[in-house]
Amino acid sequence: MTLDFARRVEVPLRLNGRDLTTVVAPRSTLLDWLRDDIGLTGAKKGCNEGACGTCTVLVDGRRMNGCLTLVVQCAGRSVTTVEGLAAMRGAGPGGTGGGSPPCTEKVGGELHPVQRAFAEHDAFQCGYCTPGQLMSAVACIAEGHATDDASVREWMSGNICRCSAYPQITEAVLAAAREPAADDRAGR
Amino acid sequence: VRDFAYARAGTAEAAAGALADPRTSVIAGGTELLNWFRLGIAAPDRVVDIGGLDELRRIDRDGDELRIGALATLNEIGEHPLVTQAAGALASACLQAASAQIRNRATIGGNVLQRTRCPYFRAEEPLPWPCSKRDPGSGCTSLAGRHERQAIFGWTQECVAVQPSDPAVALAMLDAQADVLGPAGPRTIPMREFHLTQREAADVGQPMRETRLEPGELITGYRLPVSADGQAYVKVRERASYEYAIVSAAAAVRLDGARAGGARGQRIATARVALGSVAQRPWRLTAAEAGLPGAPLTREALIPVIERAMADAVPLPQNGFKVLMARNAAVRALLTAGGAR
Repeated sequence: MTLDFARRVEVPLRLNGRDLTTVVAPRSTLLDWLRDDIGLTGAKKGCNEGACGTCTVLVDGRRMNGCLTLVVQCAGRSVTTVEGLAAMRGAGPGGTGGGSPPCTEKVGGELHPVQRAFAEHDAFQCGYCTPGQLMSAVACIAEGHATDDASVREWMSGNICRCSAYPQITEAVLAAAREPAADDRAGR
Repeated sequence: VRDFAYARAGTAEAAAGALADPRTSVIAGGTELLNWFRLGIAAPDRVVDIGGLDELRRIDRDGDELRIGALATLNEIGEHPLVTQAAGALASACLQAASAQIRNRATIGGNVLQRTRCPYFRAEEPLPWPCSKRDPGSGCTSLAGRHERQAIFGWTQECVAVQPSDPAVALAMLDAQADVLGPAGPRTIPMREFHLTQREAADVGQPMRETRLEPGELITGYRLPVSADGQAYVKVRERASYEYAIVSAAAAVRLDGARAGGARGQRIATARVALGSVAQRPWRLTAAEAGLPGAPLTREALIPVIERAMADAVPLPQNGFKVLMARNAAVRALLTAGGAR
């Protein structure tokens, strides 16, 4: 059997609750595509090698580094970025709350409980790592790993904060985890 | 990153067929491959994606054998009840590797094929210094430069790098077999022989070869004997999480007799132990495994046995500390596996 190798690939996927089809060069990373092609700049390009975690997004509800993921590997999958997080409020598994906001527009409205907890606990200084911290925290809670200080520190270790706001980030994740149904919102 | 053509494989056989063309790379999770592309360590014309082959992602038990598909992710393996019960050292090694988000992508097939973290090797091309792994025969800059983190066993003047995989150490300790598929059909490679030291590679006339995998071959999964032995994986590193090992040790221990009064002081029936990040392959301490049965499970009894088994270590000028650190990691792994700490 011979495989059909292509230099442009059509990729159907769901982005922040909206179904779309994009055509990419196979080398396009999810991070570059989000930032440069779609205009969603929430996921940041820190190290571009999987060391800092500031590009963390959810793919089918699981946190992943956007810089270590090709767009072609996301075919048929559901991608959630920090821009789609507010819309995930009250969403069950696989959904984004029933609405289908345009994926490149601000959703507005109420913050996701994890976003609110970060604001309430002052869990940032410069804010550069925050989009990745938020997405990682949402997944960390959904996985059931936000049980105590040590577990949060271990399971959030893939997100580096050079301002070193770790005590506040840890508190915010634990506070958000204590909210009822917080673990229902991973957007799988 | 250089442009490449892309195809999804519908079967493992189709992927292996595409790999017959040496300008082709296989992608599973991609966490290592994408960085190779960026640095110029690999620059294929074609990439074949095996990520959709769900049949290679299964974790199940077949009688006395635990079977783990090559596409199972490190998080899936690390938290799977079958693995935590029957291969605890492997589960622990998987969860101590990388970060939570990398472990959601990284597969156990790709993980053992990751290459050294030697900073002289992992630089962007064009390389400003010699590196025999990047430019065969050019020499080893680390040997003349900094080499605190490099090998204490099996290195040559050509290269002093270590293999950094955590799961590979546990797989070698647990006597896992890798199932591979290639142009000549399927075959099996024992994981304790899968990687080659620089010395072993030189002895077969291929000084830069790193594994027994042949060109065009693909790992499809692993088979491990189910073990009731107590197990542990100890990883020593510069920060508590999300860091490569300076040294590591995987161990499995079965004790003799009843457990009255705890494991401390009980005698060892059988023990297996392997070191990580001390050579270009996981380093089974075979001599220690032969000497440990009958010994009490105490630090004092273990130290001389481990030291004798490591007597052939040849540290470099800057990494003599790794001999002691590895000895202590092995002792700690054995004590933990046996329940004595």
